[in-house]
Amino acid sequence: MSEPISRRDFMKATVYFVGGLVSAAIGLPSIVYLLDPALRSEAGEAWVPIGKLTDMPEIGKPYPFSFTRVRINGWERTASTHGGFVIRRSEDPNDLLLLNSRCTHLACTVNWKEEEGIFACPCHDAGFDKEGRVTHGPPPRPLDRYENFRITEDGVLEILYKEG
Amino acid sequence: MWKRFFDWLDERLGFNGMYKALLDRPEPRGNWWNTLGSASLVLFLLQGITGIFLTMYYTPSPDHAYDSITYIMNDVAFGWLVRGVHHWGATLMVLVVFIHMLRVFVSASFKYPRELTWIIGVGLLLATLGMGFTGYLLPWNQRSYWATVVGTQIAGTAPLVGEFILRALRGGTDLSALTLQRFFAIHIWVLPAVMTALIGAHLYLIIRHGESHWPKQND
Repeated sequence: MSEPISRRDFMKATVYFVGGLVSAAIGLPSIVYLLDPALRSEAGEAWVPIGKLTDMPEIGKPYPFSFTRVRINGWERTASTHGGFVIRRSEDPNDLLLLNSRCTHLACTVNWKEEEGIFACPCHDAGFDKEGRVTHGPPPRPLDRYENFRITEDGVLEILYKEG
Repeated sequence: MWKRFFDWLDERLGFNGMYKALLDRPEPRGNWWNTLGSASLVLFLLQGITGIFLTMYYTPSPDHAYDSITYIMNDVAFGWLVRGVHHWGATLMVLVVFIHMLRVFVSASFKYPRELTWIIGVGLLLATLGMGFTGYLLPWNQRSYWATVVGTQIAGTAPLVGEFILRALRGGTDLSALTLQRFFAIHIWVLPAVMTALIGAHLYLIIRHGESHWPKQND
């Protein structure tokens, strides 16, 4: 210590320090409070049954399916509907392709057009082939796939749905 | 660097002069009872800030009001703290404002030239009570529901206009979604706006006239 600190400077420093502590003690919880819903991880997964495999006998034909999930957001239960197509690639019951019917462009629902052999999105005239690849239109990537599925002992096809 | 920046700002905004006028005012001999007005102001600001924070999650609908409060209390991080401060701050504010009025009465500070300060202060006291009355309904639980049934019923006993006041307060003959909605609007828009205006006038008059001295033997 070369120079003794003056009383005025000491008071100043103390006020700033204590004031800073108080501000942090109030400010940080406030920010956490405001951002709380964004800070939550909404991880959760469930096996969702989508139908009996015996009801989808034809190879190469897209069978549509849909299911509804209910989520609790704050004080309200929100139902959201998801859908897709099951395509059997061969006789092997595990050789399945499960496409998500949500268009990868702006999340409209695509429909199967039998005569053209594509999944067509009505919103911006986009198309996907049977493998989900983009044939035309603005989508940036192929249709999403449900990679995790299983067939139960009763022959029911189930997919693993991941939240978030 | 900083000094030049502040000088530049001060030249244009004149906050040095404002600082002297607002905070460097001469005060009569220090008296803790004279701080109750400032305490009321701090509580008003605190209620304003915590209230704004609460509206981030609260919803004034009969279906969800109670659920949203439960959500704030149990699920939102520090929600219990924000609502707790708002809840207890409300009680404390009524208390502090009332004692502030008593102090002004006892020290005879309401006399010339401060009559208007006093009248505006009475308006602020009533607005504070109105805040308490409207805010009490918002949790939409049994206690708040029946307290408002009784409170509006009391207003309804006024002669001649009672019936009309009751319907105006409730937005109809019954306590309903309309009541909750209008109490919410009054609580977060109408009364805060009224109080902000009144507080502005109140503070202006205090700065204009200065603090009153406590009466001496010859006064």
